[in-house]
Amino acid sequence: MIRSEILREIAPIIRDHLVVCNIGLPSQELHMIDDQPTNFYMLGTMGLSSSIGLGLALAQDKTVISIDGDGSVLTNLGTLPTIANNVADNYILLIIDNGSYGSTGDQPTYAGKKTKLENVAEACGCENVITVQDKDLGPVLQKAIDDRKMTVIVCKCDSGNIKLPVITMDPVVIRHRFMQAVQA
Amino acid sequence: MNIDKRIVDDLVANDISFVTTVPCKQLAGVIDEVEARDGIFHIPSNKEDEGMGLCAGAFMGGKRPMIIMQNTAIGVTINTLATLTQYYRMPLPMLISYRGELREPVACQVEMAVHTKALLAQMNIPTYHFHWQKDVEEFDNILKYTFMCNKPVAILTDANFWGGYGDQ
Ligand SMILES: [Mg+2]
Repeated sequence: MIRSEILREIAPIIRDHLVVCNIGLPSQELHMIDDQPTNFYMLGTMGLSSSIGLGLALAQDKTVISIDGDGSVLTNLGTLPTIANNVADNYILLIIDNGSYGSTGDQPTYAGKKTKLENVAEACGCENVITVQDKDLGPVLQKAIDDRKMTVIVCKCDSGNIKLPVITMDPVVIRHRFMQAVQA
Repeated sequence: MNIDKRIVDDLVANDISFVTTVPCKQLAGVIDEVEARDGIFHIPSNKEDEGMGLCAGAFMGGKRPMIIMQNTAIGVTINTLATLTQYYRMPLPMLISYRGELREPVACQVEMAVHTKALLAQMNIPTYHFHWQKDVEEFDNILKYTFMCNKPVAILTDANFWGGYGDQ
């Protein structure tokens, strides 16, 4: 499966929760598949989806799912020790690991070579790290939400993209709509 | 006057309850005070752009955030300031140790100091420079201003403000 197929499959699972979605194609895909006020789309700033999600989870009680990529986590590896040492049980980091920089033309990442992000997360002190194959993600993600225990999920999948439009919504509108959903 | 306590009192008075820090010798006392206060959640960052991400999330979660860092961080965070904090119009007070200014003992620190105000000006970031201890009297107003206008705001604090480095 490729990322857009995974997002299509998990959309019903995540739609009632707060979602911080990674820059580029992941946000564009989620926006097209199931736009929700509970989605925060990143339009810039590669690498910070996990940090924004953690800050949000620490600041309030609702479940937060950060959708990140292997390339983006590699860009902000310092996030993993911060997550490990500041446990928020309403926080799930979902790393969609397709071994490539999808939004920029599928150049290979080191995660697609020797580096195992699940091992990195564990070495950083993350306590619930689950590695899962794309087709098995749904139930694993649902269980992580139900358990209310901070979880890092590394979902292995194929690289590949679909054609779709950019998000034209104004960033302040995205943010305002999202904050209203947080408070609702 | 205990300057560290005074600064953190102003944070608490302005309802700032989520503070991320990257360490600096000049800021050590403030960071200790932030850590010690009950009303403040202190979360150290490994890098300043990561810290700004945490602050963005905390703000959207209903908390007033702040970042404490060195001026060298301006070199690290330009993209984050432009495409996250400013683009989504979020408030972020940045208490910055202004290394490389008067009474600085480490020559290399001057190399980023000479760019600091120019970069902040280029980014249209409101910038205040604390040089004398009494300048701290402006801090409360700066915090109120930051959350009024929803912008990142820089408070540069140099070695003279912190009382220098003793005999160094
Ligand atoms: Mg990828």
